[in-house]
Amino acid sequence: MNEVTKKVEVLINQIGKTPEKAIPLLQAVQKEFRYIPIETIEYIAANTEMTETKLYGVATFYSQFRLEPVGENIIKVCHGTACHVAGAQGITEALETRLGIKDGETTPDGKYTLSSVACLGCCSLAPVVAVNDDIYGGLDRKAAAKLIDDLEASNE
Amino acid sequence: MSKKIKISVGMSTCNIAAGSRKLFQSLEKKVEDGEINAELSIMGCLGMCHAEPQLRVTNTDGSETLYEGVNLPKLGKIVTDHLQSGTPVANWAVKIDERLDRQQRIVLRNSGRTNPEVLEDYLSNDGYKALESVLKGTPEQVIETMIAAGLRGRGGAGFPTGLKWKFALAEKRDKKYIVCNADEGDPGAFMDRTVLESDPHAVLEGMAIQAFATGANEGYIYCRAEYPLAIERLNKAIAQAEEKGFLGDNIFGTDFRLHLHIKEGAGAFVCGEETALMASIEGQRGMPRLRPPFPAQSGLFGKPTTINNVETLASVPWIIRNGADAYAAIGTEKSKGTKVFALAGKIKNGGLIEVPMGITLREIIEEIGGGTGTHRKVKAAQLGGPSGGCVPAELFDTRIDYDEVTKTGAIMGSGGMIILDETTCMVDVARYFLDFTQLESCGKCTFCRIGTKRMLEILTRICEGNGEPEDIDLLEELAVQIKDTSLCGLGQTAPNPVLTTLRYFRHEYEEHINQKKCRAGKCPNLCGFEITDNCTGCTVCALQCPVDAITGVRKEKHIIDQDTCVRCGVCRDVCKFDAVKVV
Repeated sequence: MNEVTKKVEVLINQIGKTPEKAIPLLQAVQKEFRYIPIETIEYIAANTEMTETKLYGVATFYSQFRLEPVGENIIKVCHGTACHVAGAQGITEALETRLGIKDGETTPDGKYTLSSVACLGCCSLAPVVAVNDDIYGGLDRKAAAKLIDDLEASNE
Repeated sequence: MSKKIKISVGMSTCNIAAGSRKLFQSLEKKVEDGEINAELSIMGCLGMCHAEPQLRVTNTDGSETLYEGVNLPKLGKIVTDHLQSGTPVANWAVKIDERLDRQQRIVLRNSGRTNPEVLEDYLSNDGYKALESVLKGTPEQVIETMIAAGLRGRGGAGFPTGLKWKFALAEKRDKKYIVCNADEGDPGAFMDRTVLESDPHAVLEGMAIQAFATGANEGYIYCRAEYPLAIERLNKAIAQAEEKGFLGDNIFGTDFRLHLHIKEGAGAFVCGEETALMASIEGQRGMPRLRPPFPAQSGLFGKPTTINNVETLASVPWIIRNGADAYAAIGTEKSKGTKVFALAGKIKNGGLIEVPMGITLREIIEEIGGGTGTHRKVKAAQLGGPSGGCVPAELFDTRIDYDEVTKTGAIMGSGGMIILDETTCMVDVARYFLDFTQLESCGKCTFCRIGTKRMLEILTRICEGNGEPEDIDLLEELAVQIKDTSLCGLGQTAPNPVLTTLRYFRHEYEEHINQKKCRAGKCPNLCGFEITDNCTGCTVCALQCPVDAITGVRKEKHIIDQDTCVRCGVCRDVCKFDAVKVV
């Protein structure tokens, strides 16, 4: 048993092995590893009542689940309706330029992942960006790019 | 010991995003250091999201001062003048009642008034009294009250709540479930998030009454994972209620028991549909199924299940305490009570409002919302998110009522209301919603899966300037087919944003296709920007232009270099003098 499967074993024992635990289990795996390594699906299937097909089906159905590793920092640009009319596309473009990647990609150094998300529910502050768990509102293109500058400065 | 001043800092997701945590930490330190002698507390969201963060000071004589738009420098003055010297800073103080005058708060009765993490705060506002009183009677009495009150499901479909409960009670089975649908997936809607963050016990009490009335003893709250604070507060509230015997076994010393679990959604809009939601709780892909059987007969794990939305459940304790007549006295003939709306977009006083049914859109947008707050005119209101439609300004005398709103082609929906102004392109709005629904379609029904994709492609080419004259007919044809052949609400309503914009803003589609022009200045291939003589040379646009296409000397008219310009419209958005026009 390697390090990864040891951790998964603990999660299975905490959460359970029955089919209705598929989503909570995958959520716990993603919380632990920040994505769902494919070997964890194989391990869960071998040790619970769920099949690989079922787990993979669930993991690919819900947008929360990621099957690829992500950057250290996740930058989520809200594309809810209020943010859309307030210029969310421009915010995404500004961040793409600042980070040198396209929406949905991770920087080569593994530091940042840029993604578009549906509504974050802070519509009065549109346009809104979430940097990891912190939400920033009332942004324009320059302020959005500055969020990255600030993050870099705070990590130095 | 004399009574202390109490300071409540708004700590909802929106307040925190606006910076309230820093205020709280600063105040916490000042209290610890003995700089101020006050009790520090938190409060939920008052709904005035445009003026966050907020801070309420309850003075020793019981009077209250509400400060809005507080930042650290402002806080410094509030501390020295008010908290240390007892003189409120009059300039920044808001009279709480002013902007709430036109509203009627039933669901939001405690939001922004109490500390959502303290059970005693809920109890001191008659909390759990409704539950206590219904337990002395029968489920039939509760259902009778709910039917008489005329409450209709606030999730959007508007099904009478009392009837739904009656169907579930009629099922004689050993095990039944209740579910609170908190999967608020409509982009532009945040009613449920606010209620869960600001008054979680109101929802729990509503659920306990729902369970008693339908004969259930186990329940789930299905909440979006994007709402971590709501989930945290719900967890706290459930633990508090169980400890005091308001949930769990032997509730209020009776045989009634209810065990609640929280299920975090995993990001699928379709899970707001009740059969998909149940599939998701069961650990499957969230795909809807045919009804009948309805959840009341065969729902979660095959057992009778009653599913209600957050706002519906939060209304229940008020109805029980105040009586069906008091509730039914509010509203119109077929739509009773109040409705919460999330007001956002191009609106001055954006936030959460609760209004009596029967109020007009104009009253909401102009009187409560304060209009756009700019020189630009309101063009339309988008109601009901991706399932809804755009109501044009000419129809703003429409009353808020399930049937009246449906007549416009939009739907009441769950309460998202996005205000659009002249800078919003209606074709782009339709394209935006189709982009959303085609991504979120679960793929079960062919027309929903492929039809929405084809509609999106057509709308995209119209926005890019490649639209063909027959595209409008094609859109209408597809819209009807998708509506007719989709199993669930997602597909049946997905074409609505296109149909309503075609109904009221067909000329914009025609301009895009025939004249290759976007009057709103939103579609880059179909518009350009020019600076007019209104320009004062303030240089703001030149500083904000992402491609440095604007040149000019300070205090003189600026010029946009059309070859460099990418038509993003930032110059127009930032101009305070209405000096940038669409050409």
